[in-house]
Amino acid sequence: MPAISLAKAPQPAATNPAQIRNFCIIAHIDHGKSTLADRMLGITEVVEARNMRAQYLDRMDIERERGITIKSQAVRLPWRSGIDGQEYILNMIDTPGHVDFTYEVSRSLAACEGAVLLVDCAQGIEAQTLANLYLAMENNLTIIPVLNKIDLPNAQPEKFAKELANLIGCQPEDCLRVSGKTGDGVAELLDQIIAQIPAPQGDASAPARALIFDSVYDSYRGVVTYVRVVDGHLSPRDQIQMFSTGVRHEMLEVGVISPEPLPSKGLGVGEVGYLITGVKDVRQSRVGDTVTTYNNPTKKALAGYKDPKPMVFSGLFPLDGADFPVLREALDKLQLNDAALVYEPESSAALGFGFRCGFLGLLHMEIVRERLERESKLNLISTAPNVVYNVKMEDGKEVRVTNPSEFPDGKVAAVFEPIVKSTILAPSEYIGVIMELCQDRRGVLLGMDYISEDRVEIRYTLPLAEIVFDFFDQLKSRTKGYASLDYEEKGDEEGNLVKVDILLQGEAVDAFSAIVHRDKAYAYGVMMTGKLRELIPRQQFEVPIQAAIGSRIIARESIRAMRKDVLAKCYGGDISRKRKLLEKQKEGKKRMKMVGRVEVPQEAFVAALATDADIEKIKAARKAGN
Amino acid sequence: MPLSFYVHIPYCVKRCGYCDFNTYTPSELQDGATLEIVSNDYIDAVLRELESAPTSTVPTIFFGGGTPSLLPPADLGRVIAAIRKRFDLAPDAEITLEANPDSVTAEKLAEYLTVGFNRISFGMQSAKPHVLAALDRTHNPENVAKAVSMARAAGFESISVDLIYGTPGESLDDWRETIEAALALDIDHISAYALIVETGTKLAAQIKRGDLTMPDDDLMADMYLLVDQLCENAGLSWYELSNWSKPGKECLHNIAYWKSANWWGLGPGAHSHLNGERWWNVKHPTAYKTKLFAGESPVQDRETMNASQLRDEEIMLAIRMREGLSFEMLKPHELERLASYREEGYLDTSSDRIKLTPTGRLIADRIVREIVM
Repeated sequence: MPAISLAKAPQPAATNPAQIRNFCIIAHIDHGKSTLADRMLGITEVVEARNMRAQYLDRMDIERERGITIKSQAVRLPWRSGIDGQEYILNMIDTPGHVDFTYEVSRSLAACEGAVLLVDCAQGIEAQTLANLYLAMENNLTIIPVLNKIDLPNAQPEKFAKELANLIGCQPEDCLRVSGKTGDGVAELLDQIIAQIPAPQGDASAPARALIFDSVYDSYRGVVTYVRVVDGHLSPRDQIQMFSTGVRHEMLEVGVISPEPLPSKGLGVGEVGYLITGVKDVRQSRVGDTVTTYNNPTKKALAGYKDPKPMVFSGLFPLDGADFPVLREALDKLQLNDAALVYEPESSAALGFGFRCGFLGLLHMEIVRERLERESKLNLISTAPNVVYNVKMEDGKEVRVTNPSEFPDGKVAAVFEPIVKSTILAPSEYIGVIMELCQDRRGVLLGMDYISEDRVEIRYTLPLAEIVFDFFDQLKSRTKGYASLDYEEKGDEEGNLVKVDILLQGEAVDAFSAIVHRDKAYAYGVMMTGKLRELIPRQQFEVPIQAAIGSRIIARESIRAMRKDVLAKCYGGDISRKRKLLEKQKEGKKRMKMVGRVEVPQEAFVAALATDADIEKIKAARKAGN
Repeated sequence: MPLSFYVHIPYCVKRCGYCDFNTYTPSELQDGATLEIVSNDYIDAVLRELESAPTSTVPTIFFGGGTPSLLPPADLGRVIAAIRKRFDLAPDAEITLEANPDSVTAEKLAEYLTVGFNRISFGMQSAKPHVLAALDRTHNPENVAKAVSMARAAGFESISVDLIYGTPGESLDDWRETIEAALALDIDHISAYALIVETGTKLAAQIKRGDLTMPDDDLMADMYLLVDQLCENAGLSWYELSNWSKPGKECLHNIAYWKSANWWGLGPGAHSHLNGERWWNVKHPTAYKTKLFAGESPVQDRETMNASQLRDEEIMLAIRMREGLSFEMLKPHELERLASYREEGYLDTSSDRIKLTPTGRLIADRIVREIVM
C-alpha cells in the first residue's frame, strides 16, 4: 500500500511546499463525507484499523447524531502517489456543511487550493453543496468532481456525472467514482488530488502570515486555533500576534493533527496545523483573522476577515425560573467556543428571566439550544425567532430592533429588513409549488436553470424574516422533502413593515407584538387573537382581544364572560380535596400574569409565543410533574 | 365540643355511571355473599372504629353511601344504639338516612324510625327518564313520589330529595319539569348539584368517546338560577350553595361540615375532622375490616392544618352559606379586591356581612381565590 508511516513521512516545518496538497471536501449532509474521510484515515494508515470508529473526526455527540459537521477539522495525511511514486503530505480540511456557517466555510476554503466535490450518485447535488461549490469556484479552487456510493443499487452515476459536468464545465468522464463504504476508488482519488490540485505557494522568508480557519475551545488546553500558514514560518518559540486586535500571545504549542494532536517543531509555508496560546475564549482567536509573529509582524493581513454577524434573534428562557443562573453559565461556556453567539439578559413579563440571543441562522440557533439543554441539563423555552430591523424615524434617528417590543413609537419614516439571495434545487415537477411559496413569502424571482433534465435551480431574493418563519418546513412538505435550500445575505432593504400590537381589554401586551409586512398584518392579527381566545380562560367579564396597527384595530375577538366557576358539592370528604385544589390554584395564580384585570396564565403566553415543539415539551413536563 | 358522626355504607346494588364514590356492589366483594351477610360483619367493624372516638355530645348522625337503605334497619340501628350508649346523643339529634326510592317499603321505613332515624334523603336526581338513563340510574321516577308519601305517612319529620342538573341531553325545560315535580312532593328540603364528570367513571368514558356531550357552563348557570328561583317561590329558602329548605329544616349535619365543626367519619374511605386535624380511612371495605378486626387503626393518612389552611377552609366553606362572611374575617386589602365584585352585583354587602348574590354563588370559587391569594 502507498501509505507512509508518520515517522518516515516528511515532517512538519520541514516539508517542501511542492509536496503539500491542501484540500477540502464539499458535500451535502448524508452524501457520505464522513465515511469517505474515515476511509482516507484508514488507507493512509494514520489511524490503525483497530482504533477506527465511524465518523472519526466528528467530535461532538451532536455532530455524530445529526451527521453534520459543525466545526471543521484538519488532518495531515502522508501518501505516496500511485502515479509518480513520490511522497506527499495531504491536508484534509473538513468544512462545516450548512448555510448558517457560510463564513466559516469560506475561510476553510481559503485555506485550500482544491476541493473534492462529493455527490451521492443516488441523489444528485443539493442546494447547499451547490452554494459551497460556487464559493469554492469563486476562491479559484481546483474542483475534483466525485460520485460517491457507487455501490448502491439505485446509483445513477451517468445521470449525475452529466449534472456535475454541466455545473463545473468538465466532461462527465472526468468525474471519479468511489465508494466510501467499500473503499473502491479512494486510493485513486488521493492520487488525483496530488495530480490535479496545485501545491501551495508562499514566501518562506517573508514575515509570517497564517489564516485562522477554525478556533475551538478545549476545557483542558484552552483555545486550539487551526491555521494555514501562507508565508513565513511559525515556531514554538515565537510570540504571536492577532492582526485584527494587535494582541500578543505566548505560543505554548504548535502541532499538526494526525488525527490526534501531535506537537511539532513548527509550521512552514503551505502547512496546516494548530496553535495553543493559553487564550481562554475563541473571540480572542477569531476565524478569518491573520496570525503573525510579534517580533517580525506582517503589514498586510490576509483578505476576507469579517466579524460574525447574528442574523436571527430569539429569547431563551429556562422552563424553571430557578435555572436562570445555570443558563447564564452555560451560555458563557458555550461562547468560549462560538464567537458568533451573542446574548444579553432579557426579562419577559410572560416567561420570566432569560436571554435574548443572536444566531447566524436557524440551524445555529437549534444547535446552540440543543447543546445548552444537553450539556447543562436545562429545559428551555425559545420564543419565535425574528430578524434585525433598522427603523429610520422622521426626525432622522435610527433604531436597531432585535425584539419587536423595541420597535419605536412615533413617526417612522422607513423600516429596513435583511434580504437574502436564496437558491432552491428541486425536481422540476415542483417548480409551480415552489414559486407559489416564494411569491407568497414576498420573493422576487432572479432566475431559473435546469441543472439536468429533470432538476432545476431556482433563485429568489426573499426577506430573511420570511425564511425564519417556517419556510423550510413549508418547502419540505410541499416538495415531499425533495427540495433543498441555501441562502446568503444580500444586505438590508426597505420593506412595507408595520408593528402589530395585541390588546387585551384595550391594553397592549408587549410579548405578543410582531413586525410583519403590511399585507400580512391582518392575517397575523386574526391568527393571534384567535389563538389567545382559545388560550385565555374566561373571566367574570367579557374580554375583548384586538390586533392593532398604531391606533387602528385590524382584528377583534372576544372571550365571553365566565358565568360559572364553582364546584356545587362540598361534603366532609370533599373539603380537604377542595382546599388542596385551592392551594394548587394559589400556586397557579402566582404564575398568572395580570393584564389590567385579565388573568392570563403563563401557559397562554408560552403557547402563543413558543414553537409547537416547545409546547409539546411543556405538556410532557407537566404530565411528569403530576 | 360536639361531635357529629358520618357513617359510610359502601354498598350499592349497582354502580351508577356518573358515580365515583367509595362504594361496591356485592358481586365486587365476594362470590355468593348476600348483603345481609356482609352487613352484619361490616357493622361489627364500624362499631370497633367507634370505640376510638372521644366521648362528647352528638348533635347529628348521617348515614351515607353507597346505599344505606340497602342494609337491614336493625343493622343500622346497632350503630345508633352504640352511639347513644357511649356518647351524649341529644334527644333532638338529627339522624339522617340516605335512601334509594326503590329500596324502601312502608315496613322498612317504620323500622328506620323505630331505630332512631328522623330525617330521610331520597336520591331523586331527575323526573325525566332520558336523564335518568344518561345517569345510568335504575330507579323508576314514579317510585320517588311513592317513597316520599310513605316516609311522611310513616312519620318522618324531615324529608329531602337530591337532584342533579346538567346531565348530557338535559334541556332547561327538562330541568324545570324535574324541579316542579320535586316541589310538588311533600318535602322540606332540596339539594341540587351540578353534575361533575369524575375521571374513571363510565360517564367520563362515554363523553370521551363522544357518545354524550356535556352542556356548556352557560346552560349550567341558567339551570342553577332556575332552581334557586323556583325553590324560593315555593317557600324553600336558599341556605347553602346547593341547598334549599323550609324554615328550620336545614340539614344540621351538613352545616356542621360547613362551619368547620368536629365530625367523625366511620367506615372505609371516610374522612374525619377534629380540632384542625383531619384523617381518612383506608378505602376498601375488606382492608378496613381486616385492620379493625386485627386491632389496628383503619386510618390511612392524616394532616394537621396550619392557621392559614384553617382560615382558607373557613372562608371557602362559610362564603357558600346564607350567612356569608363577617367583615372582620377579611383583611383590608382582601376587602379591596372584592370591590369590583360588589359593583358588578356578585356580592351583597348591604348588611353587616358579605353575602353572595345568586350570580355571585355561580362564581364562588373564583371569589374565594380572589380573597385568599
